[in-house]
Amino acid sequence: MTGSTGSTGFRLGPVSGPLRWRPFVVVVVGLGLLVLAAAVSVARGDFPIPLGQVFDVLLGGGQRGQRFIVLDLRLPRALTGLFVGAALGVAGAVFQSIARNPLASPDILGVTWGAGAGAVSVITFAGTLGAVDGTMARVGVPLASLAGGLLAGLLVYGLAWRRGIEGFRLVLVGIGISAVAGNFTHYLLTVGDVTDAARVMVWITGSLNGRGWEHVVPVGLALALLIPAALVGTRLLGALQFDDDTVRGLGVRLNGARSVMLLLAVVLAAVATAAAGPVAFVALASPQIALRLAGTATPPLLGSAVVGGLLVVVSDLVARLAFGGFELPVGVVTAVLGAPYLMYLLVRSRREARV
Amino acid sequence: MALRSTRLFLLVGLLVLVALASVAIGAKDIPLGDVWHALTASTGLENDLVVRELRVPRTLLGVAVGIALGIGGALMQGHTRNPLADPGILGVTQGAAFAVVLSIFTLGVTSLYGYVWFAFAGALVASVVVFLLGSGRSGPTPVTLALAGAAVSALMQGLVAALVLLDRQSLDAFRFWQVGGIAGRDLAVLWQVLPFLVLGLVLAAFNAAGLNALALGDDVARSLGQRVALTRVVGVVATTLLVGGAVAVCGPIGFLGLVVPHAARALTGPDYRWLLPFSGVIGAIVLLVADVVGRVVTRPGELEVGVVMALVGAPFFIALVRRRKLVKL
Repeated sequence: MTGSTGSTGFRLGPVSGPLRWRPFVVVVVGLGLLVLAAAVSVARGDFPIPLGQVFDVLLGGGQRGQRFIVLDLRLPRALTGLFVGAALGVAGAVFQSIARNPLASPDILGVTWGAGAGAVSVITFAGTLGAVDGTMARVGVPLASLAGGLLAGLLVYGLAWRRGIEGFRLVLVGIGISAVAGNFTHYLLTVGDVTDAARVMVWITGSLNGRGWEHVVPVGLALALLIPAALVGTRLLGALQFDDDTVRGLGVRLNGARSVMLLLAVVLAAVATAAAGPVAFVALASPQIALRLAGTATPPLLGSAVVGGLLVVVSDLVARLAFGGFELPVGVVTAVLGAPYLMYLLVRSRREARV
Repeated sequence: MALRSTRLFLLVGLLVLVALASVAIGAKDIPLGDVWHALTASTGLENDLVVRELRVPRTLLGVAVGIALGIGGALMQGHTRNPLADPGILGVTQGAAFAVVLSIFTLGVTSLYGYVWFAFAGALVASVVVFLLGSGRSGPTPVTLALAGAAVSALMQGLVAALVLLDRQSLDAFRFWQVGGIAGRDLAVLWQVLPFLVLGLVLAAFNAAGLNALALGDDVARSLGQRVALTRVVGVVATTLLVGGAVAVCGPIGFLGLVVPHAARALTGPDYRWLLPFSGVIGAIVLLVADVVGRVVTRPGELEVGVVMALVGAPFFIALVRRRKLVKL
């Protein structure tokens, strides 16, 4: 697909290789669109602010009222969405490369449901103890969500382990663990009163409502640390797409490499879920979209990040503005858009007899 | 033959014992003497009322739903030839759930008799869609079917969340239905849904011989003189009636339809003429035991039977997945 037309050679000290333009262009164009979408998201709302003035405020100008709306209310929300989408995109790309299956994603592998169950336990039980304000909400919920996601990820990985990991077993065990975590969450929904239940329902659908800087910072940090780490591991991912014997033949320590990359992806997915709840299907769809746009064989990491960010920010715009006065959680929009996409993937991969 | 009938008799005996336990054990334990008194010569004592108004309806409902889900699961596993088939995993219950919420939300349906039809429609559409999505020219595999189920479930959950969040009252009704339980339903509900379950059972009985032939593969079944398409349609209708009816009354109770047929197969072998009745009786036993366990573990509160089933059933599901070969049925 790329070959001689789409790439040029490069040499940088001891490193040399083909530099492919198309993935690069996708990332740059995507970043441009992302900035635009985020700016529109900041501009639109109950008090519309012209796009020009949004940039004005961001550069330090603007009136006090506008500065408050932009910097304290809308920008954190847009950034949370952007970062969450990017983290989910990268996590999905890693999962799909390792499972060698376009259907693998943290949604299916139980990570997001585990994270959801963790967070909901805190909301429900802390709520009945009457202490769910301030620090508990700010620190407890994300931490519990992170712990839940990691626990579910480790459980799935451990239970799917049988002299190594196979893609299909990972997926099926993930579906089993998701079912347990989902059932537990549904049970928690019945414990509290209906106000708690509504809050929980919003949370487990995935929402960006009322997100502040305290949500932006952890996801941003995780991205800043883990995306470079994932990029370093890209070579491993490139090798892991082959079958096990080939990977060993290439001299990669198969299970070690796989475990490290999976752990990285689980942390990214869990951190993202901690900030916004389990936003459905972003991790599944964005790597596949990025792969098609970039014309690569495996999902490109940066491309997936950019597409993921775009998906969440745009879906949030739709969820906020398309239903009149009522604001839906962003997860509803991504689920309704993403599920048919998963079905399409199923039909297609069935035709290719890949699963 | 004789061995099988003996086992079936023993199981029915066990079911009677479990049902007695289900009447006697709960937030307030009732001595068996009082249970007998309430059943034969009720005089309106407190224990008589608890037994007759609460425990007996709940137990009868548990038996009916357990039979329906057990046999429904066996039918699904037989028709998809998939050891992992289960109404929950294949998205059928979520389809019914969405249809029920839709009917509550848009038409303001509140009675079970009103929304049982929507539950049937939802279950039917979801099962057909999942089966079509998950099967190709080479037929369905356990993995593709499970993934198709996950996709349909996720879509339904998204839509349900949207509807429920728009309407606080729907949410309050829905969250209790969604866990899956047999507590607090009165006997009238059972009478309403019973005709559908009975019809489903009759169809399932007619389906058993055909399923035995289908287990050999469609081609062999056809050459044996089976009308394959007809058998499939009867099977789908029976499954829909059984599962849809059960879900309409009790909400989604997961994993029962998965676990029970495997236990039945271990006791009686693959012949569906025996497998179906065994699945029904074992389904009722497992459901009642899970319900009683849920009443005991968190006294004085209760754990809904759906939660208990998930905790018991998921490890079983994972153990099945971990087997060296996913046996094709």
